[in-house]
Amino acid sequence: MALLQLRHVSKRFGGLVAVNNFSTELQAGELCALIGPNGSGKTTIFNLITGIYRPTEGEIWFDGHNITGRRPDQITRLGIARTFQNIRLFSGLDVLGNVMVGQHLRLKSDPASAVLRLPHYLREERAMQRRAQELLEALNLAHLAHEKATALPYGQQRKLEIARALASNPKLLLLDEPAAGMNTAEAEELMAFIQHILEHFKLTIFLIEHQMRVVMGICPRIIVIDYGEIIAEGPPATIQNNPRVIEAYLGVGTYA
Amino acid sequence: MTVSLFFQHLANGISLGALYALIAIGYTMVYGILRLINFAHGDIVMVAAYVAFYGAAMYALPWWLAFPLAILLTAGLGMIIERAAYRPLRGVPRIQLFTSAVAVSFLLENLGIVVFSGRPKAFPRPAFLDKPLHVGDVIIISYTPVAVAVALILFGGLLYIVHRTKVGMAMRALSKDIETTGLMGVDTDRVIMIAFAIGSALAAAGGILLAIKFPQINPLMGVVPGLKAFIAAVLGGIGNITGAMIGGFLLGIAEIMIVAFFPQLAGYRDAFAYTILIALLLFRPTGLMGEVEPEKA
Amino acid sequence: MRTSITRNRILTVLALAGFVVFLVYAQTNWDAYRLRILNLCAVYTIFAVTFNLIYGYTGQFSLGHAGFAAIGAYAAALLTMSPEQKAANFFLAPIIPLLRDVEWPFLPALLVGGTLAALASLLIGWPALRLRGDYLAIATLGFSEIIRVLFVNWQRITNGSLGLKGIPDHTNVYWSWGAALVTIFVVKRLVDSSYGRALRAVRDDEVAAQALGVRLFTHKMMAFMLSSFFVGVAGGLMANLISTIDPKVFMFFLTYQIVGITVMGGMSSLTGSLVAAVLYTVFLEVLRPIESPFDLGPLHIPGIPGMRMVLFSTLLLLVILFYRQGLFGQREFSWDGLLNTLARLHRRVTGLWGRTPPPSTVEKGEQ
Repeated sequence: MALLQLRHVSKRFGGLVAVNNFSTELQAGELCALIGPNGSGKTTIFNLITGIYRPTEGEIWFDGHNITGRRPDQITRLGIARTFQNIRLFSGLDVLGNVMVGQHLRLKSDPASAVLRLPHYLREERAMQRRAQELLEALNLAHLAHEKATALPYGQQRKLEIARALASNPKLLLLDEPAAGMNTAEAEELMAFIQHILEHFKLTIFLIEHQMRVVMGICPRIIVIDYGEIIAEGPPATIQNNPRVIEAYLGVGTYA
Repeated sequence: MTVSLFFQHLANGISLGALYALIAIGYTMVYGILRLINFAHGDIVMVAAYVAFYGAAMYALPWWLAFPLAILLTAGLGMIIERAAYRPLRGVPRIQLFTSAVAVSFLLENLGIVVFSGRPKAFPRPAFLDKPLHVGDVIIISYTPVAVAVALILFGGLLYIVHRTKVGMAMRALSKDIETTGLMGVDTDRVIMIAFAIGSALAAAGGILLAIKFPQINPLMGVVPGLKAFIAAVLGGIGNITGAMIGGFLLGIAEIMIVAFFPQLAGYRDAFAYTILIALLLFRPTGLMGEVEPEKA
Repeated sequence: MRTSITRNRILTVLALAGFVVFLVYAQTNWDAYRLRILNLCAVYTIFAVTFNLIYGYTGQFSLGHAGFAAIGAYAAALLTMSPEQKAANFFLAPIIPLLRDVEWPFLPALLVGGTLAALASLLIGWPALRLRGDYLAIATLGFSEIIRVLFVNWQRITNGSLGLKGIPDHTNVYWSWGAALVTIFVVKRLVDSSYGRALRAVRDDEVAAQALGVRLFTHKMMAFMLSSFFVGVAGGLMANLISTIDPKVFMFFLTYQIVGITVMGGMSSLTGSLVAAVLYTVFLEVLRPIESPFDLGPLHIPGIPGMRMVLFSTLLLLVILFYRQGLFGQREFSWDGLLNTLARLHRRVTGLWGRTPPPSTVEKGEQ
């Protein structure tokens, strides 16, 4: 059975149709890209999956649960983590702290044990710290553990946001334009990195990208949307030559 | 309750509502543009009442000079507050901006106590507002229609400005997206300042009506009407000018009517508005006329 | 690393012991006036530290402190007053039988006050914490006013606007500073835990925090209720310190002062809250003379009541506009920090005396 299923999902804001009758499935272990011109509804689809918006119509299923209309934190608990298009790190926490917030949802100790520093809380806290360190090492950020998160260079902030999302132990990772603002070399390096974490953490990854070229090399499957509707779906080779895709991109003049 | 008594209360409620409506508009305009609850707005009301008092009672100006002068000066004060206490904080977290508003409010109240003294003063009430008017069995004093007329005229003028002038168009654009509007070549700081001036002027009119209604003024007189007017703005859907007007009248009428129908609750009168607010927050946080604002992710 | 932890523990224990000695000295030797100020310092410290928890660490603007303090104050007062005192107070209408004959020891009375305040915060937080921060401010301020209106009207419970007189003076420096230290301990331990990280995450970015699985409402509510509990306790301490309360004591001015103290001390610095609360309380007393008439040489200057608050609110506004981090910003006191500062001062002083190393290399060496 598919890990993630969107069944005829639509989202309207007043009269504006942001997503229209969107259906797709992601199998466990898959790496799939969602591409489309600006304003085509990509981020809205992520916001629907993660519960920031509630679909106007349709259902979303994840790992055997109907998650339609659930709160974002409940959905994250089930195993979906995400990053944001405009990086959203916690400015008041250091790098390690940012990652550890990602583990907070798995904490079992109650606030009173935390205040009293009871042994079972301390055990959990130490385990969280160890795991956060491991994540930072895996992502080559360990030397920055005690830096202020928002003081990091841009590329490392992106990586940190991914580390933070991974800390919640997700089954499905949603990456919203992870390569935004990067040059070609950086973007390619990032894609290799995404491929790496896909295998290393046994994830399923759904990623949004604006430039088609970036995802061509690594995503076996690409979904192209325009005006909230799927206009093409399939392996990169077929997408590339699809006339509707070319039109959608040429129409806004950003074919890349 | 007799029909005439009912209308008596209704008239009373409407004149109170006119006050709330005038004050509520300033809250809603500023919130619409800056997403700031201008906490000092209630104290603007107080300052206006004192300026009018000094003009009319101390300098013996005729009311038709003293009151507009007070409105003008208060509009200036609103602009000064915006310039000094809010503009330097553009772009910092909103909680800091709100803290600044609380500090301005605190300062105005304390200054009020020191400058005007904490003792209440009797406000000179123009005689023509005290005439009893007979409408069938109902007796209302001339203050009531005047207050309502003032509110409606000012509201009409405001609607004209917002919908028919360039500044108004800029204001509406600002409330949608402040950054983009700035990029389009609109002097956002100037427009925000004008919004503060208009909001403060309307609040000043409200303050003078308030002073006439009770005829007594004190340095904390703006706090409770200010809070209630804010609630009226929330009731009408914050950010919505017509909503603020309607919310103001509704709140005024509700307050009077509840006491009229349940006299045993009179002591709790000041708690009604807050109860309405809490109920609103629970069941309809966007107010009666507000739109749902999707959180940007 | 280990040795410095052990050293810091020893220093902390020594400092606490020193403070206890100071409290014992003060309680036995100081006059009533100075003791009152020392007690008030503790009460305002609790107010500021708890406001910081909800405002500085969680990013929620609550203006309900006065209301919650009122609940704690009335609860503690009514539970600790003797039946005779109550009979003397309630001459307009008799007190309800439930409260007439109770006379509790101080500790349970304080705890009940705190618990009632926490329950009240649950009641108001339920609708208000789901919305954006500034709605909470208005809702809590409104709630605080509702509490005041209720206390004016509940003649047979609160004695209405007449207030309560002759509340037993249970509060001494052990109670007040004991409660303050417990508050600081609990809040500090909480904000340094995983829950504290989650609270800061909520403060910095609600959307991101929720996307990471943080239950926004639960966490805000936890901070709000904990904060209100201690505010209630502080209210009880205040009632049994000033021994006369009425609903006017708990007007919004009290809340504004607490906001001011906390902002000046530094958002998310408990050290700042403590230092600012003590400075505020002391300065308010030191500056008392400016509100009464005084002679400056041949000049007679009439006293201006309210002048201190004008100064305070002006200063507050200046801090917000020009020195937003306040006294301490996000920093906390630590022994390492203190020792480093002392070492630096020492080096600078020796440098000034012209001994090696010269000042210029000291400056460089630090960077």
